[in-house]
Amino acid sequence: MDAQSAKLLGAGLAAIGAGLASLGVGNVFAKFLEGALRNPGAADGQQGRLFIGFAAAELLGLLSFVVAMILIFVA
Amino acid sequence: MAEGKVDPVHQFTIEPLFGTDHWSIAGHNIAFTNSALWMAITTLVLIVFVGGGAKKAQVPGRWQMAVEGLTGFVDTLLQSNIGEAGRKYLPYVFSLFTFILFANLLGLLPLALVGIHPFTATSHFTVTGVLAIMSFAIVLIVGFAKHGFHFFSLFVPHGTPAVMVPVIFPIELISFLVRPFSLGLRLFVAMMAGHVLLEVLSGFVISGTNAGVGIFFLAGLPSFLLMIGICALELLVAGIQAYVFALLTCVYLNDAENLH
Repeated sequence: MDAQSAKLLGAGLAAIGAGLASLGVGNVFAKFLEGALRNPGAADGQQGRLFIGFAAAELLGLLSFVVAMILIFVA
Repeated sequence: MAEGKVDPVHQFTIEPLFGTDHWSIAGHNIAFTNSALWMAITTLVLIVFVGGGAKKAQVPGRWQMAVEGLTGFVDTLLQSNIGEAGRKYLPYVFSLFTFILFANLLGLLPLALVGIHPFTATSHFTVTGVLAIMSFAIVLIVGFAKHGFHFFSLFVPHGTPAVMVPVIFPIELISFLVRPFSLGLRLFVAMMAGHVLLEVLSGFVISGTNAGVGIFFLAGLPSFLLMIGICALELLVAGIQAYVFALLTCVYLNDAENLH
């Protein structure tokens, strides 16, 4: 396998990370909704924490995008 | 590259609008680029928006309500994360939030219909990185000015057993030092990924339409419908990313202001 195709394969494999991060982001919102429907009164006060969790989960997926971009354009 | 293929990363090219490579200070090129132009436009739109609504009418009109709603939103964000001491950061966090929000939204405007190419300033790590470093620098300055070397107790959470301190300290230190990178990287990648996705889909629409009626209905039309949906999603992402950036800045400022 030549280096160029190995790079592109690696970039494709990095996309798996984006899919896994989507599980994480979905989990964050699912659990929030679950809790919010049990106690709607407390839900509005927790939106900041919801988005912190979302940001943390999303970042790891975005890192896989960065890895793919580095493999295609930089490496 | 195949003929007629849409290059998804061409939109991020930074090109000098006036000025050349010879315009330099200490080896750094200072030509006025399209990135600088769109940041200037963002600032201008922001000044017009806030200036137009900053009236003191007893019964606020729509414009004043919009501006007051936005300032009130950022104020609530600071109050709930930092408390009363967060008030003094309102100008900074408000500027940060609105600048990112407006830059994100201006980059999504369909101005290409009239021949102008919008440029998303926040889709470059140089821009978001500087914004992140600014937030991080304020955290460091406030932290050290307020608590002195006691600020380092941030890296040892309250109630950590003495045995665990050598393990916890490096972990907390690394997680603290990674913050400016993660803050800048998140915004930059989210904006860039969205724009690349839109461009790739537009490539599908254009090649699908050129390839005949069958391919148009098989690939071109679904891609176009998907693009409309993704555009709506991008509007959401533009808002969420600006909010997340402001929110995380507040959380980090809270660490500096109140330690643990």
